[in-house]
Amino acid sequence: MAGHKETFITKYLFSYDHKMISRQFLLTGTVMAFIGMIMSLLFRLQLAFPGESFGVLNFFLGDKWAPGGVLDPNMYLALVTIHGTIMVFFLLTAGLSGTFANLLIPLQIGARDMASGMINMLSYWFFFLSSVVMIASLYVESGPAAAGWTVYPPLSALPQAMPGSGAGMTLWLVSMSFFIVSSLLGGLNYIVTVINLRTKGMKMTRLPLSIWALFVTAILGVLSFPVLFAAALLLIFDRTFGTSFYLSDIYIAGEALDHTGGSPLLFQHLFWFLGHPEVYIILLPALGITSEVISTNARKPIFGYRAMVGSILAIGFLSFIVWGHHMFITGMNPFVGAVFTFTTLLIAIPSAVKAFNYLSTLWKGSIRYTPAMMFAIAMVSTFITGGVTGIILADAALDVNLHDTYFVVAHFHIVMGLSAVMAMFAGVYHWFPKMWGRMLNKKLGYVHFWITFICAYGVFFPQHFQGLAGVPRRYYANTEFPIFDGLSDISLMVTIFAMIGGLAQLIFAFNLIYSMFKGPKAPQNPWSANTLEWTTPVEHIHGNWPGDLPVVHRWAYDFSKPSKDGTDYRIPGQDFVPQTVPLEEGEIDGEGH
Amino acid sequence: MTALLLSLVIILGIVAIVQMLRVFDLSNSLKGEDEIQVNNQETNNIRWAFVVFFLGFFAFFIYLVVAFGDQLLPVSASEHGVEYDWLMNFNMIIITIVFVVTHIILMVFVVKYAKTVSPKATFVTHNNRLELIWTTTPAIVLTIIIIYGISTWNSMTMDKPKDSINIELYARQFDWTARYAGEDNTLGKANYRMISATNALGIINKNTIDERLNQYDEKLQELEESRAKVYPGGASDEDILEQIKLVKKNRAAVVQYKEQSKTENFDVANDDIITKVEFHIPVNKSVNFSIRSQDVIHSAFMPHFRAQMNAVPGVITSLYFTPIVTTKEMKEITGNPDFEYLLLCNKICGAAHYNMQMNIIVETEEEYNKWLAEQPRFNVAQAQ
Repeated sequence: MAGHKETFITKYLFSYDHKMISRQFLLTGTVMAFIGMIMSLLFRLQLAFPGESFGVLNFFLGDKWAPGGVLDPNMYLALVTIHGTIMVFFLLTAGLSGTFANLLIPLQIGARDMASGMINMLSYWFFFLSSVVMIASLYVESGPAAAGWTVYPPLSALPQAMPGSGAGMTLWLVSMSFFIVSSLLGGLNYIVTVINLRTKGMKMTRLPLSIWALFVTAILGVLSFPVLFAAALLLIFDRTFGTSFYLSDIYIAGEALDHTGGSPLLFQHLFWFLGHPEVYIILLPALGITSEVISTNARKPIFGYRAMVGSILAIGFLSFIVWGHHMFITGMNPFVGAVFTFTTLLIAIPSAVKAFNYLSTLWKGSIRYTPAMMFAIAMVSTFITGGVTGIILADAALDVNLHDTYFVVAHFHIVMGLSAVMAMFAGVYHWFPKMWGRMLNKKLGYVHFWITFICAYGVFFPQHFQGLAGVPRRYYANTEFPIFDGLSDISLMVTIFAMIGGLAQLIFAFNLIYSMFKGPKAPQNPWSANTLEWTTPVEHIHGNWPGDLPVVHRWAYDFSKPSKDGTDYRIPGQDFVPQTVPLEEGEIDGEGH
Repeated sequence: MTALLLSLVIILGIVAIVQMLRVFDLSNSLKGEDEIQVNNQETNNIRWAFVVFFLGFFAFFIYLVVAFGDQLLPVSASEHGVEYDWLMNFNMIIITIVFVVTHIILMVFVVKYAKTVSPKATFVTHNNRLELIWTTTPAIVLTIIIIYGISTWNSMTMDKPKDSINIELYARQFDWTARYAGEDNTLGKANYRMISATNALGIINKNTIDERLNQYDEKLQELEESRAKVYPGGASDEDILEQIKLVKKNRAAVVQYKEQSKTENFDVANDDIITKVEFHIPVNKSVNFSIRSQDVIHSAFMPHFRAQMNAVPGVITSLYFTPIVTTKEMKEITGNPDFEYLLLCNKICGAAHYNMQMNIIVETEEEYNKWLAEQPRFNVAQAQ
């Protein structure tokens, strides 16, 4: 495209440029996140004040779904479902990978753009289309999909079972099909780019951990999303063409249906074959971003680079053989349950390595508390807090009484939701200068951080206790069970924290939009980092580097590297050595001398 | 009113942010601050803020334990549940230690290595010995957790006693039904095509088969008649033909089943006993539940017995346990005279999912036998 005059349409809409596409992903993901968040606040109102009337519910949902301001149980389930779908897929898969893979892969490996700008553009527009269809599904007469974000059939297959399984579910499936296309197009592009377009000297062993994480993430996505596509397609067949892949022996609405021989469990196997790698599709980019931010702001190399790469690979591999832990109580053979318990608990080992390596990166560092760094530290905390409860849930025996309770809600919101969101915030605060050439307001960042971090734990930590008391998730109200009455204070507490935390995100939105236009101009390398993206000009140009591509001579983590005699830094007076600086004679890459 | 309040809060929030930003902009230009450098004052504030945060977090943890600890599930009411609770406590202790220790380390590092107190970072790339330690230590701990966990799992799921009492739990939107196997301890067969208003579980015996065939015939006749008076706005002729096709198919399946199972002993179903709202089980006797669903996936969740199993349409799943504490005893243990054991639905199944429950009464064998004798047997209930 170089040399062509750009119009508004080619520059801002159908752009081939990875930096623009990255911004498009971030903004679309953020808008979706706000929609998902508002939904969660609406159903939290019902959970804290069951059956009470709220004008705001009526305002958002209308007379049909909130008559007199009281939330309808079907709409409650729909809100839960769409909240989950949006957060898992639209924010934390497309929003996170889409933003940072697009931004960082070409810039950090020294490429002029993605391998195929065209496919990259299509990836965004399929995502956009999928978002539009998902939002449109909120407006159908019978309501949006409401069978939970895992859309287990038969509930999701039969419109007789709930109103949400009518047109809303059809749109959900259409939207997810577009989403999968987007994800595959993006993922293939990321893989090809990382393998083929690394600049001279950028060996795989010199890749920043963010790229390693995004690379393995893309591989996971390419291997697992097609399986979800198959699952969705078969579900479409069952719903539309009368096939019986997932349906058997069903009597509903006064009618024995003509479906025999199918198995609802087949869907669960297919779904979780994507669903579990999906957790790491969300988490690995978060870990990658955290690695960069922590190392840069602790002014220290990431501790145990090779172990970090190894654990990313190990997590990636193991994520494919653990899906059965979502199905311990489906009637699966208990022996299989034992096998999945074993593989699942193995994941704790590479995860522990990562957590310890983050801690030891901080050790003897010289920490600069930028908002990005604070979010990265929060991520380490949530990764540990949420990770340890995974050890309990991985145990088939213990899962029996905790499955589908609030304990699970607490676990995955903390380890996957919060960790990824914290890392995403860290990434946005860290790379905003690269994305928009301006700085985010730091003080607003601090205010945003503290309210968000406190409320995040305030919302999800108490839910462990509800889970241990046996409160099931996806209950419209707990009032039908007197044994849960003593826990109603927790519901109230959680909702209050959620409201405050939700409001705090307005600070972030404001900061984002304000700084995009009015923020102070960013210098070329604001955080004194080593990676290649900070050698490009602040103003975005096609091809990223005005002259030749940079040549890489060292790994990305030479922070505070001492000079040979140990009296000063390697570059006198400067505590970092960019990757483009050649090795001195006798200097070993990635080592102390 | 709430809408007004909420919008007020939002407006106030936005105003507050705008004001804050103006103040910050002013103070920035005055002090020459920028958005990149974190000055010493800020660094010190933040490191102590983190200390306050983490200590507050621990305090919050303790508060939750103190305030809500007594709301957690009481001691296990089943035999394997005792094992379950040991395993749970063992795991809980380990993860609490890991959680507290790592967070204390994080807190200390955050305070100790801030740039104001640690102006120069030490260049350390890796340490093979350390990394080996924190790879093998979790590996060893996890080995123990895995072995302990799997052995508990095996004893929960693979040692079913032979003389268990057979009970069926039948789920549908949105209630539960329990069916006892009766004196022969064998549940009568059931089929979803046999379900009707008079036979909610689709149980098969000689009477119900013929009755169901009659019902299908009646339904067919009714549908044929309605074809004659198709009216605009009502079901179209095509719709009715479609329905007729389905009914014929179902009827044919029942006929075929009847033909194939001539030698089958259908009397097994006659002594079955069906109860709703609550079901009783005797203490210290193993109970084996067969779990079925009529429509969508449900989950039979009995938290006090540390027992749960999904109800999957088309599949009969099962679980077993031995209750060891009667309802009466549990009322004393919990100090709650209204305490009841519960069966909940724990898999999203539709609008009233949140209220799909049944009470479980655990009583002595005598009381149980007395109660069971009072319940009508299936063939008797059918005849009425």
